[in-house]
Amino acid sequence: MKPTDTRDPDYYHKVVDCQWACPAHTPVPEYIRLIAQGEFTEAYLVNRRSNVFPGILGRVCDRPCEPACRRGRVEEEPVAICRLKRVAADHRDEVKHLVPQKPASTNGKKIALIGAGPASLTVANDLAPLGYECTIFEAHHRPGGLMIANIPSFRLPEEVLDEEIGYILDQGVELKTGHRIESLQALSESGYDAVFIGSGAPKGKDLRIEGRDEADANIHIGIDWLESVAFEHVDKIGKEVLIIGVGNTAMDCCRTSLRLGADDVKVMARKPRQFFKASPWELEDAEDENVDILVNHSPKRFVVENGKLTGMEFELMEYQLDEDGRITDTKIAGTKIIPCTDVILAIGQENAFPWIERDIGIEFDKWGVPIVDETTFESTRKGIFFGGDSAFGPKNIIWAVEHGHQAAISIHKHCEGSALDSRLPRGVNLQSAKMGVNEWMYSNSYTGEHRRQMPLAELKARLSNRKMEVETGYTAEQIATEVQRCLNCDVQTVFEAPLCKECDACMDICPVDCLSIVPVAEEAELRQSLRVPANNKDQDLFVSEPLKDTGRVMIKDENLCLHCGLCAERCPTAAWDMQDADIFIPHVDDETRKVAAE
Amino acid sequence: MTSMSKPFIDKHLPKNKLGLSVRNYEGVMSTLCAGCGHDSVTAALVQAFWELDLAPESAAKVSGIGCSSKTTAYFMGQSHGINCVHGRMPSVATGANAANGDLNYIGISGDGDSLSIGFGQFAHSIRRNLNMLYILENNGVYGLTKGQFSAAADYGSKSKKGIENDQMPIDPCVQALTLGAGFVARAFSGDKTQLVPLIKAGLKHKGFALIDVISPCVTFNDHAGSTKSYAHTYKYYHPLVHTDFVAHADEVTGAYDQDGAMRVTMQDGGELFLRKTESDYDPRDRAQAIETLLMNKTEGEIRTGLLYLNSDLPDMQAANKLPKTPLNQVPYESLTPGKAALAKLQARYR
Repeated sequence: MKPTDTRDPDYYHKVVDCQWACPAHTPVPEYIRLIAQGEFTEAYLVNRRSNVFPGILGRVCDRPCEPACRRGRVEEEPVAICRLKRVAADHRDEVKHLVPQKPASTNGKKIALIGAGPASLTVANDLAPLGYECTIFEAHHRPGGLMIANIPSFRLPEEVLDEEIGYILDQGVELKTGHRIESLQALSESGYDAVFIGSGAPKGKDLRIEGRDEADANIHIGIDWLESVAFEHVDKIGKEVLIIGVGNTAMDCCRTSLRLGADDVKVMARKPRQFFKASPWELEDAEDENVDILVNHSPKRFVVENGKLTGMEFELMEYQLDEDGRITDTKIAGTKIIPCTDVILAIGQENAFPWIERDIGIEFDKWGVPIVDETTFESTRKGIFFGGDSAFGPKNIIWAVEHGHQAAISIHKHCEGSALDSRLPRGVNLQSAKMGVNEWMYSNSYTGEHRRQMPLAELKARLSNRKMEVETGYTAEQIATEVQRCLNCDVQTVFEAPLCKECDACMDICPVDCLSIVPVAEEAELRQSLRVPANNKDQDLFVSEPLKDTGRVMIKDENLCLHCGLCAERCPTAAWDMQDADIFIPHVDDETRKVAAE
Repeated sequence: MTSMSKPFIDKHLPKNKLGLSVRNYEGVMSTLCAGCGHDSVTAALVQAFWELDLAPESAAKVSGIGCSSKTTAYFMGQSHGINCVHGRMPSVATGANAANGDLNYIGISGDGDSLSIGFGQFAHSIRRNLNMLYILENNGVYGLTKGQFSAAADYGSKSKKGIENDQMPIDPCVQALTLGAGFVARAFSGDKTQLVPLIKAGLKHKGFALIDVISPCVTFNDHAGSTKSYAHTYKYYHPLVHTDFVAHADEVTGAYDQDGAMRVTMQDGGELFLRKTESDYDPRDRAQAIETLLMNKTEGEIRTGLLYLNSDLPDMQAANKLPKTPLNQVPYESLTPGKAALAKLQARYR
């Protein structure tokens, strides 16, 4: 193995598992430290720079950071990163004057944004302060996209949504609600310099089986139904409700049903639990409200009596699994009718672009998804960009935000007439965290405390009020404990090979045995030659330059490092140092700064 | 001293036959200087005890005074131990051993504690063939009193301030050989692949086992001109024999390179495999061992490994026919037979 090039900004970035996993690369340990210091406003602004909607995402983010969190490997559960984001949002002071402001003058470039969801809002957030004249077209009468239409208020209160969208609109962004775009061609001919399409994946899948049409009055498409509830067109449902599908939309549907009068709600899954698409915590939240989740039920037909839905017939499935848990064989063991008054279909959603003419240079693949460049987010027609669910199909809010950031860079370059793919590279800036003898600019001690549980509103009260937020937020004690669980992975262990005298002190003190001094070898062999074999291949090995006395190399397995700094404290020559790594993730304003610098 | 204790995390570590991870064999946090060789010896001891599946409470740690003698606190927190008067550790170990021969005695000493103030004690514990592992953490310097030459400092080596040592050193291995020790080894704190098997073999050796470990003083004796620095030791480090220890209960597997290895059976049934790294060195030849050690002074090579082994000598317990049962397990009535028995005994001397 060759010595590791730690100047490659991705090396240290990958060590910060949460930040690396976050599509928008939010500097998680940094904002958690700020919360620990009581700097909630600062923590909020650090978040906002990356993910634009800390209050919203602090409640409903899909949290790719948490499964990645090193704490989950060291102990059992990851740091409650998402909950802490909400802490920053809930406890911040007024930030209106601290977020980007409306510029004194515009640059005359007009940008049309279609759909007021998280992708378009992010593009506007990034471009408006630079002087771009952004106009968002929204078919509904309120902005937010799926955040308002599909996510129930008991998970995401409307005030939180309105406030964070407000910060963007206040930057001089024009919002045209109730304005559905019927023709892209017409729009693109009306004088815009660029068009961004962030119209989501608004079409819920239907289930065309026997009885579907006869029972239509009591069969609902999940996302449409949630939207009708959100916009108060629907305020009740029958007593016995079946939800078909077991993704996150299904969880929102079953919990919403309970709040609209249903008292027996069952979620019907075709496959066993390990195949569920819903996030584990959303499943838990639904089950906590006494929703039954039935596995191995495959829909056969809707049972209709006298023109009215009375139940649904299912095939009872049996699956053979192989060692890796994949299905190798399927058998139908029988059928069963489950009575119900209503059925909600939550079996997926699709993109739909009936309003995009097929002859204006935008190419689509065979599934009707537009062909979009994964770096620039430009479609096959110059100046027309896609982002969010409309670009690559349903993902989640944090992905839409990242698409928005990237599309904003592209739109800026498009308007400047420069090449879309000559983007600023990422960077890393290291600064020693040493404050004195064994004193660091971060809290390096380790606490064995387990993850704090989110307190919830009382069950009866929350089921009787559709808008009552279920999660009440961490208490002060919970915050104080949870922030200390963060391992500060962004404070990196930086090694200077020429200083090492091979005294073994760092190896002996390391609480997770991640350091070894061994003869250099190929990676597979090296991984087995360490003090503890490095079997997590997702995690890199750091390999030093050869050491001066023996020619061996220092190896660090990044897998379990606590970033406790004991190696640096025990090192007699400061060959190990703890250094705060600031990962530079370029946004469009950095691109403009670069131009100014040139 | 570090800012905090080492966090206890061991779910990633294998467990030994007692269900313990290597972390269960650690003690309190070391207060020695960062980079001290002694901490590395401590880590080797921890590793060896874990590998031997030794119950921590079966060990008794004894030490005198000095940086090295402090280290008994840093391993096996759940065992017995005493930190006694400067240079008097062997006497206390002798008494303890007489009272309870069942424990694994681990003496930790330094070049000051063993070769100056405790030189006589050191010699007599060897003569008695006390059943113990005696680790001499040798850095050639008095670290606790800020860097004076010790009796182990090499002739011509330089102090931190540049003064040359003009006295001849005492070599503890040569001393042990002349005094009739059955297990004499030299090692280096920087090479645990050698040190850990030696500690295991020394613990299992029935009788006095000396390991002289070159353990650099990072604060007062790690400069150019020192012959006990890390850099100097790495440069002149020369293992003569490689030792593998296979405990009695374990199977001799292919993991041990047996080609051309000398196979020595220990008294408790464990086996040692000794592989010469080069030349014709036979660790069973006492005269050759002494000659080799005296010779290396001129060549500068630091010859390490298990230098001499004779596992046939009776230890103190056997030689003196001491009772096999530890005194704390002897019933009170037998241990103190009373006035009448005393009178009877005294009558024998009238």
